[in-house]
Amino acid sequence: MFVEQLSVFLENKAGRLDEVLSVISNSGINIVSISLADTADFGVLRMLCSDPFKAHALLKDTGITSKVNEVIVVSIPQAVGSLKAVVKRLNEEGLNIQYVYGLSLNDDGASIALKTDDLQKTIEILQNENVRLYNQEEISKL
Amino acid sequence: MIWNESKECMSRDQLEELQSKRLVKTVNRVYHNVEYYRKKMQELGLEPGDIKDIHDIEKLPFTTYEDLKITYPFGLSAVPTSELIRVHASSGTTGKPKIGVYTRRDIEIWSEAVARCLAMAGITRDDIIQVGYGYGLFTGGLGAHYGAEYLGAMVIPMSTGNTKKLIDMMIDCKATAIACTPSYLLHVAEDIEKYDVLDKIHLRTAICGAEPWTDEMRDQMEKRLNIKAYDIYGLTEICGPGVACDCEYHKGLHIWEDHFYPEIINPTTMKQEAEGVTGEMVITNLTKEGMPLLRYRTRDLTSLQYGKCECGRTMARIQRFKGRTDDMLIIRGVNVFPSQVEAALLTIDGTTPHYMLVVDRVDNKDTLEVQVEVAEKVFTDEVSGLEKLSEEIHQKLKGAIGLNAKVRLVEPNGLEHFDGKSKHVIDKRKLYE
Repeated sequence: MFVEQLSVFLENKAGRLDEVLSVISNSGINIVSISLADTADFGVLRMLCSDPFKAHALLKDTGITSKVNEVIVVSIPQAVGSLKAVVKRLNEEGLNIQYVYGLSLNDDGASIALKTDDLQKTIEILQNENVRLYNQEEISKL
Repeated sequence: MIWNESKECMSRDQLEELQSKRLVKTVNRVYHNVEYYRKKMQELGLEPGDIKDIHDIEKLPFTTYEDLKITYPFGLSAVPTSELIRVHASSGTTGKPKIGVYTRRDIEIWSEAVARCLAMAGITRDDIIQVGYGYGLFTGGLGAHYGAEYLGAMVIPMSTGNTKKLIDMMIDCKATAIACTPSYLLHVAEDIEKYDVLDKIHLRTAICGAEPWTDEMRDQMEKRLNIKAYDIYGLTEICGPGVACDCEYHKGLHIWEDHFYPEIINPTTMKQEAEGVTGEMVITNLTKEGMPLLRYRTRDLTSLQYGKCECGRTMARIQRFKGRTDDMLIIRGVNVFPSQVEAALLTIDGTTPHYMLVVDRVDNKDTLEVQVEVAEKVFTDEVSGLEKLSEEIHQKLKGAIGLNAKVRLVEPNGLEHFDGKSKHVIDKRKLYE
């Protein structure tokens, strides 16, 4: 039930994001979501796309550092407190959320991508909650 | 004031006679007491008897940093350990430092050399001098300290690291002189302005060294602090600071030729150059007992000017430094070799040693930024992981070069490559004009 996220190392300078996106788009890969975590000097670009492994290989050829790693993509019902309930559950189980970002999947819920210190355990917990989990196949078809 | 007029103002004939006598003695001593030099001389078919006067110095073998590495630590010592009373060291290219060992008499001669420099800068026994060089293995702190005491001035041994305290003591003790690196003095000047205490200080003279500086920096510090500033030169291998210093006419640094014999050589042909021609400076210890070096290649590019100076001294003057023949950087007075950085990076698992040192002078303080390429092997999707890597590199570098460097993680191939002295260094300071 994991989704393969492509993470890219970027220096904070003009034109870098444009270059990365060009490499990916030019090969017909669809970018589903994008999120940038930045520090004073560098940023980590995280994205979900239709073919993360191909995108990784293309970036590698261009000399851009990236890697593919698993995250969880989950759609939570649009209701006050539903996200909080999920986070609370994970917290109760001693799971640490490393990062989270929102994305649009055109379903009825509010979607987030999530990375914790134990993805397998997180999946097991979420499967018993009132949420919808996405896998890579579904993301690739978007 | 001239501290030792009989030496500093000697006629060239008298000086050459003294140099000849001292060279012959030194060559005899190293030939008989230092196996490494004996072998070097024998390889050249030389015997001590072949060196009859100072002009025979060209027959002697050179000494390089490589020789110091091979003989580390005490292989070039010419006296039994019982005669040695001190060790100093400065950083070498990788691993082993460049070391100097001293007998009691060596310390005394060195102290006098520094005292001559201080006197040349107008410092007397009535002065109160703050030593703002680091105390320890570095020759700056203890070298200036012993020289000032020898002169009879009162020393405030500040060392480095606490500018506020240095300024407080400067005011409270009415310090009239300071010895430190030129960039540090400018930093002190800024803080004095910041605390608005310029009218409370009694500083008259600064004697700055351990890194190259420009006339522009001199003008700036003299105007801002209302002082006179002098340039002192030295290197650990020869003794430390005090090998040469500039007088009030600022026409070059007078080198104490009765102790340190200077030559300028062409680093390609290895032949001596004429007066005024730029080449690599080579220095021979004429009086050192502990570790006398023959024709030590300083790697500093400069020229020499002979002839009597307006100040009355006859000692040759080292002209403006034009650069170095190796890739050594002097950052905040600390010798840094790019290879040290490379060695430190190699100890971090996963980092490819693709790096660039960017040296700059911001607000008169040297800054060092080490840019390291982030290879796929060390890249992580978590920012905290990259920050941890950056901190690890920072700590490793601090251990290796003794400086706090700013670490910047950069994209592979993002590093500027250019045809310069070294593709691992960008020095924006323009120290050599």
